[in-house]
This record gives sequence, C-alpha cells and structure tokens, in this order.
Amino acid sequence: MELILDGIIKAFQLFFTFNPEVLGITWLSLKISGIATLISVLIGISTGTIVALNKFPGKRFLVSVINTGMGLPPVVVGLFVMIFLWRNGPLGFLGILYTPAAMIIAQATIATPIVMGITIAAIQNLPAKLGLQILSLGATRLQMIGFLLREARLPLLAAIMAGFGGVISEVGASIMVGGNIKGYSRVLTTATVMESGMGNFDMAIALGVILVLLTFLVNYLLTIIQQRERPR
Amino acid sequence: MNRASRLIEAENLKVVRGRVNVLDIPSFYLGDHEILSLIGPNGSGKSSLLLTLSCLLKPVTGQILFRGRVIGSNQETLDYRRRIAMVFQEPLLFDTTVFNNVASGLKIRGIPRKEIRIRVMESLERFSISHLADRSARKLSGGESQRVSLARALATNPEVIFLDEPFAALDPPTRNSIINDMEKIIRETGISAVLITHDESEALRLSDRIMVINEGRIVQSGSPPEVMNRPANRFVAQFVGMESVIPGIVLENKDGTVLISVNGGAIEAIGNLPPGEMVFCGIRPENVDIDIRSTKQSINCGNVFPGKITGIISVGPFLKITMDCGFPLAAYVNRRTFHGIKLTPGEQIAASFKADAVHLITGEK
Repeated sequence: MELILDGIIKAFQLFFTFNPEVLGITWLSLKISGIATLISVLIGISTGTIVALNKFPGKRFLVSVINTGMGLPPVVVGLFVMIFLWRNGPLGFLGILYTPAAMIIAQATIATPIVMGITIAAIQNLPAKLGLQILSLGATRLQMIGFLLREARLPLLAAIMAGFGGVISEVGASIMVGGNIKGYSRVLTTATVMESGMGNFDMAIALGVILVLLTFLVNYLLTIIQQRERPR
Repeated sequence: MNRASRLIEAENLKVVRGRVNVLDIPSFYLGDHEILSLIGPNGSGKSSLLLTLSCLLKPVTGQILFRGRVIGSNQETLDYRRRIAMVFQEPLLFDTTVFNNVASGLKIRGIPRKEIRIRVMESLERFSISHLADRSARKLSGGESQRVSLARALATNPEVIFLDEPFAALDPPTRNSIINDMEKIIRETGISAVLITHDESEALRLSDRIMVINEGRIVQSGSPPEVMNRPANRFVAQFVGMESVIPGIVLENKDGTVLISVNGGAIEAIGNLPPGEMVFCGIRPENVDIDIRSTKQSINCGNVFPGKITGIISVGPFLKITMDCGFPLAAYVNRRTFHGIKLTPGEQIAASFKADAVHLITGEK
C-alpha cells in the first residue's frame, strides 16, 4: 500500500516539478497517440460511412472483418508493422523502424478498425429513411453525409474516445516498432514496462498514474463536447 | 387535363427492388394545384411510387417530367428535388432545435441568414408552433414533431409536396387539427400534393383525385365519388369499403334498368347489359336500409330482401350490421335510429336499397 502511495506522490512530484524526462515522455505519448487517432478518425469515419451507406456484395463479410479488427491484439499489429518496415520488408526502404513514425503507423492500424466499426454501427443505427429525408430537403449527397454524421455525433465521439483509449494504453506494438529509445521513442506505456522490469515500482506507478490522468483528461474534454448542453 | 396544366408526368415507370418488380406504371400525371391521394394495401407500391416520383428511387426504365421537361442529369435531379418536398410517417427531425430543423432545407440551399429567419418564423406560425422555435426537437410530442416536419417541408416553398402517411401515427384529435392546417395551407398556397393514406375519410376530404394501386400497378384513378361509388373492379370495391359484392347474371334489360338474378332473388340496378352476362353487384353499406317490420311493410324501395342478422360490429358512431339475404349484405345504421330497439344476431329483418345504389362490375370472373 505504501508503495502505491509513494508512486502517486512521486507522479505529482515529477509532473509538477516539470521533470524534463517525464514531460518529454508524456508529450511524445500524447503526440504519437493523438496523430494516430487523427489518422484513424480520417480513415475510419470516411470508410465506415461509405460502408454503412452502400449496399454491395460481401458487405456483411467486410463488416465482420472490421468488427474483428476492433479487437486486434496490439502485439500482432506490432509484429506485422515490424515485418513490413524491416530492412528487407516491403516498406523497408522507408527506414522508419524504431521511430515515432513507425509507432504512429502501428497505433493507427490498431485504432482505425475501432473507429470504423463504431462509425458503421452509428450510421446504420440512424433511422432508415433519414438519408432520403435529407435528400428530399434538396441536399447533395455530400450535404446528406454531413447531416448524417452530425446526427451520429454522439457515437462518433465515443468512437474517437475508444480509438484514443485503445492506442494510448497499448504497449506491445509500441515497444516492437518503436524500440523504447530514451528521449526518442519512449512513451508512457513502454517506460512503465521498463521501470517495473527494473524494479523501480514507484517510478512505474508514477508513470502509470500520469498515463491514467492523461487518458482521463482527453476523454473528459471529448465528453464535454459530446454532452454539450442541448437545446431546451 | 391538358398537358400544360400537368405538373409532373411519368411514363413507363418500372422499379425493381431486390429481384422483385415493385412498380409498373405505364403513365402517371399530377396536375398543377391538384391534390392526389394514393390508396392501396400494404406493399402495393405506393411508397415506391412516391420515392420514384421524388427521384429518391431510380426506376429501371421510364422517365419523369416536371413541367414538361425530362429530369435526366444529376443537376436536373437536384434542381427538381429543390422544388419539391417530402414528409414521411415518422417526423425524422434532426437532433437540434425546432428552428434549426425548419431552417435545414433553406440552409442547404444557401439562403442568407436574415431570409432564413423570416421564412422559418413564417412557416412555424402557419402551423401555430412558433413558441417551440428554441425547443429541442427531441422533446416534442408526436403531433408537435409532425407539425415541425411539415413546417420544415413547406419552409422551402415547394411546388409539390409528397406526403407518405404523415398523419397515420397520430391520435384522432391531433390528426384532425393537423389535417385542417395542412389542407388550409395547401389550398392557400396552391401547391400540388400527393398523399398516401389508408384512411378513406382522409382521402375523400383532401383529394381532387384518388388513385388506387395494387401490386405495383394503377388499378383505378378518378374523382373521389367516382372511385368510391363506381370502383373499377372487385378489388377496388372491397378496398374502398363497398363491402357487399354479389355475383349474379343479367336476366333482363328494360329501359336502362337491368334485373340481375342473384342467390336469394333478383336485384334491380341501373345499367345497360345484355341478358346472360355475368356481373357483380357492389353496394355500399351506407346505402342499405334495414327495417325490422315485415318485408311487405318495408320502405318503398326498388330492392327489398328479407334476411337474418349474422353479426353486429361497432364502427365509430355507427353499427355495421351484416345480414344473410341469400347473399351476404352489410349496412351501416345510426345508433340513435335504433335506440331502444334491440338488434341481435339471428333476428329477421328486411334490407332495402335503391336501384341506383347498385354498382355493376363486369368483365370479371
């Protein structure tokens, strides 16, 4: 119990004394996971909307694949991204293995099916004739999609939260493709694993507390947007 | 109707959904300032026709003309959709204020804010809901929601409005009140309307013309009295409430009056059919009188048949009496008329109806 309390106190000490290493790790975590979430939102919402609004052969199979992707194990993603970016791999010429860019790719791969799956469910959950109603109001197809996304904004924000939550907390892929290099690709999760492995439990707990607080803060901001006061 | 006064025309419309032919309409028109009701059983193709006419459902063949011009390209379709409006059975309101809902069609058209405000408030006032402008659309009653949906459709000043059973889910007082407002607005603004309804009284009250649809085809199109009193076939007869359709054979034809042999006697009707022809005699229940006195004493009427009551059903303010007169016959009676007289199944009565109340349906087996 004392260990946990020490860890929490240390977390606040490190954070509020502006420990440069901890701040750097926190900022990198936020940057990598933020960019990865943004990429997953762009791909996931647009593709998810297209899948949800169109009928085509194999749609059910595709949606099943996307839904399976929502539970993709990060280590498996890490493994495949690593193979692709490996010196002799198909994308080895990019030379980005063990860099934050590789971590962003891995994290975006994890978050995209989450955002896409929730988007598909959110759009399909809207009233079946809503799209027709919007078109009958004189909307172009693009305007109709804008209206539909606005109508589905609550589950879509939940999709963003789920996507961000999935990547900020993952460790397997980040270690595999980022390498946990100090001051370069070390993020909160990989640092926590390393510190606990070295027996520095107070530091590991401190990093864990910062990670939880960071996740809470981001989700709190998104929840404020999601639950913004509606008209009377 | 001359072509110049036709607002919408369609030719050779065929619509396939899945692998099923849901619509096969060789010819359709909607007049300028006309209110047309589409009636027909569930799954008959009414909604598909409405969606096709509003260019929301693509036909496999055929074309739609608006004011004589074919709607072909995507731009023409968009321009056309911006001159029409559609209201569904569900209000399908957006999760925002009532004001923003009514403004949505105007915003889509890029109309300036000032003008939007004026037109939205006008539209809200027409439906007596301006006090709800700032209210969330999610917190409205069913009637209020449908008023907002209608106000949203009419705010864009459409030339034609398509109404897909918009009053079906409302309670009778709310429904009456909204229909009153809607009728007044449509008549005042002079816009054309196509209304899908299952309610006979709604169709009779609002329409200039009624179109009966079955299995994706137009079975009959005509004025409300024409469709109600002179249905084209047995299907339409039964659908428009002509409950008694009795098969018979023409016995004689004399001076525009025919005598038809039916099971249980002979029916006199107005018509000009050759003896021996097979016909169906359609009689609306409101045109049948019943008398509890003997047949001889009964009302002085062309057709009088003794019979036995087989069932009594309450239909709003009326009682529907079904009888066996050798053939099944139905009559509506006013509750007040029979106040104090106990009608019970099995009781002997005399049913009567005039010769001109009999509609003859020919050409069917």
